[in-house]
Amino acid sequence: MDTTITNILLVGVGGQGILLASEILSEAFMLAGFDVKKSEIHGMSQRGGSVVSHVRFGKEVFSPVVPEGQGDILFGFELLETYRYLSLLKPGATVVANDYKIAPPSILLGQAVYPQALPEKIKAKFPDFLLVDGQGLALKAGDVRAANTVMLGAVSKRLQIADGVWQQALEKMVPKKALEINLKAFEFGRGL
Amino acid sequence: MKEILSGNEAIARGAYEAGCLVASAYPGTPSTEILENVINYKEINASWAPNEKVALEVAIGASFGGARALSCMKHVGVNVAADPLFTASYTGVKGGLVLIAADDPEMHSSQNEQDSRNYAKFAKVPMLEPADSAECKEFTKLAFELSEQFDTPVMLRSCTRISHGKSVVELGERVTGLPTPKLVKDAPKLVMLPGNARVRHPLVEERTLKLSDYGSSAAINRMELHSSEIGVICAGVTYQYVREALPDASVLKLGMVWPLPHALIREFAAKVKQLFVVEELDPFIEDQVKAMGIACQGKELTTLCGELSPGRIQAAFAKAGIIKVAASEVIAAEPVPPRPPNMCPGCPHRGVFYQLNRANAYVTGDIGCYTLGFMPPLNAMDTCVCMGASISMGSGMVRALPPEEQKRVVAVIGDSTFLHTGINSLMEMAWNKAPATVIILDNRITAMTGRQENPASGFTLAGEETSEVNIPELCRVLGIKHVRVVDPYDLDATRLAIEEEMNRPEPSVIITNRPCCLIKGAGRFEKGKILEVDQGKCTGCKACLRIGCPAIEWKPNPDGNKGKAFIDPQLCTGCTVCQQLCKFNAIGGRK
Repeated sequence: MDTTITNILLVGVGGQGILLASEILSEAFMLAGFDVKKSEIHGMSQRGGSVVSHVRFGKEVFSPVVPEGQGDILFGFELLETYRYLSLLKPGATVVANDYKIAPPSILLGQAVYPQALPEKIKAKFPDFLLVDGQGLALKAGDVRAANTVMLGAVSKRLQIADGVWQQALEKMVPKKALEINLKAFEFGRGL
Repeated sequence: MKEILSGNEAIARGAYEAGCLVASAYPGTPSTEILENVINYKEINASWAPNEKVALEVAIGASFGGARALSCMKHVGVNVAADPLFTASYTGVKGGLVLIAADDPEMHSSQNEQDSRNYAKFAKVPMLEPADSAECKEFTKLAFELSEQFDTPVMLRSCTRISHGKSVVELGERVTGLPTPKLVKDAPKLVMLPGNARVRHPLVEERTLKLSDYGSSAAINRMELHSSEIGVICAGVTYQYVREALPDASVLKLGMVWPLPHALIREFAAKVKQLFVVEELDPFIEDQVKAMGIACQGKELTTLCGELSPGRIQAAFAKAGIIKVAASEVIAAEPVPPRPPNMCPGCPHRGVFYQLNRANAYVTGDIGCYTLGFMPPLNAMDTCVCMGASISMGSGMVRALPPEEQKRVVAVIGDSTFLHTGINSLMEMAWNKAPATVIILDNRITAMTGRQENPASGFTLAGEETSEVNIPELCRVLGIKHVRVVDPYDLDATRLAIEEEMNRPEPSVIITNRPCCLIKGAGRFEKGKILEVDQGKCTGCKACLRIGCPAIEWKPNPDGNKGKAFIDPQLCTGCTVCQQLCKFNAIGGRK
């Protein structure tokens, strides 16, 4: 039996829409015929705190949490958070990150500075690194709020799942009035 | 049909399929979404209760009336509901009665990580523990059936990773043909006077023995035999971790964690050379296996504190020399600025904590978003123990203190927490004349758990308009003479109220009246005019930074001169608290 499990981590800041993105991913894997598990923490951490969502798929998945150092793909919605969680990945993993910064409290208060040159630092550790202008492409698609969908499109290219399945998952999970823009945003991401 | 459901969604679905008619809960992470999903099934009468004791009693009443009934709460909620739970164990049920307790190992969103399995043993009621969403649904249905079959409330224990984990579930139909609820007089069973209770207790003890026998042959407790070298007893999410960490081990997966299936455990122990129990938190199963005279190892290997994971289990077994794990290359983590949770931009609590800090108050705090008033730069919370404790602890504290320190004591509590268990505390404070000050932060919602309605918000779980507790009047009828309402966006008025009431040598209450900035509609939160910093007028004094608003960012000047503050127009709600702090009129409406 093929026991390969693909481990995806979605990281960012509470309020960025990470839960919806991880739901769309999970839905697509289920539609493609895989066993899927996902896990994240709700509650206190949602108040602008650091958020990690784990999504795992394969023939049979046991733990809902990605084992330490076993991540295959890191899907970062914010640069500092992308950098924070690199240690969850296995060497040679793929990193797809939104080129977007949100300052945490110590930086807002002038007690720390936002680390410089994060994309270069990430690339040095993980050569398979894609930096995405999520906000820019989303705006081009018609709504800056579709940035997560741009990212989803970029990640989708690294997963062996048929085009139709992604469309089906988006149709099920995205509200009807926002669907057209999101499908467009997904295509922009997939084209990268 | 297959769907991906969270554990909480699956529990709600299980209650629906089981024919549940009444559900009651108080919100608490990680249990909240159960009831929020139950309400989507129109066949079930679902509602929030002011606290967990009331929620369980609502469910017990419905059960005594003949309906299948559900109550849900987080682990610490069971402390509040323990009183009815222990006696409902004696009465047993009419319609099936299920209590969901959602534990939070690792304390992702809780003040302690107590292990609810101890309650099942203590109250002598069976407890099921699902290991994924499919089991959440199936075990919830089974819990209702066992409840009626064995005449007992049944507890179902979830945990954060189960409740908030998602996995694939096959949906089923709702059962039909259950008896219609009706009133039945049955005093020997339902009136727990000593004479009746003495008759019921031996039945409870017999029930536990019968349930243990049931467990030895029930499908929910199963052996998965692989290598005979290592055998592991486990349950819940830990089963998933064990399968991943120790793929060759034989496993006894328990679906019922109280009472334990003694015969099955003996059978499993005889099949393996070395027996282990892997469980999060307490050595609950381990202690009982050892008491059966069976040699096993448990907490010698794994921690009593926090969550387990496949990696932690593997490391523990490797360290003890039981398994060998190939060393893998690890990418070292690098320190980066932390990102703790914070109050939202425009949160009405922010100005209150700013003024409490300035007034040098000693703040007895409580459970809610406002517990974040503890964080810098507000630094204005000094205690936090449990729901409702702010007021009673403040009341006790002033009795112990010399007069000059008494006036510094201010209890801070939210509206939902006040209605949960703060009312009794305020009654005590008024009755016994404790001269502390209480601030009720009334933001018209139960905010921390995701904005649930409460008895003062004017709406039910279903969104219907309903009666509304008048909090100022309630404080007055409890015996508080000095009750005042203040706008927390008005910093001067807030400061004045805090100073005057702190100096008053009598019990007093201040109520703030701004809604949570995340509740929209129904005339609740409205955005003000978005603000900006006039860069010409900003002197870089940093006064506006002292409230810790996420919308205000300090930008250092690259030339080495003083920096300046900026307001993010996407985040600003126009609450004006920062504007009131600026002595240079640098903050004004965005042009």
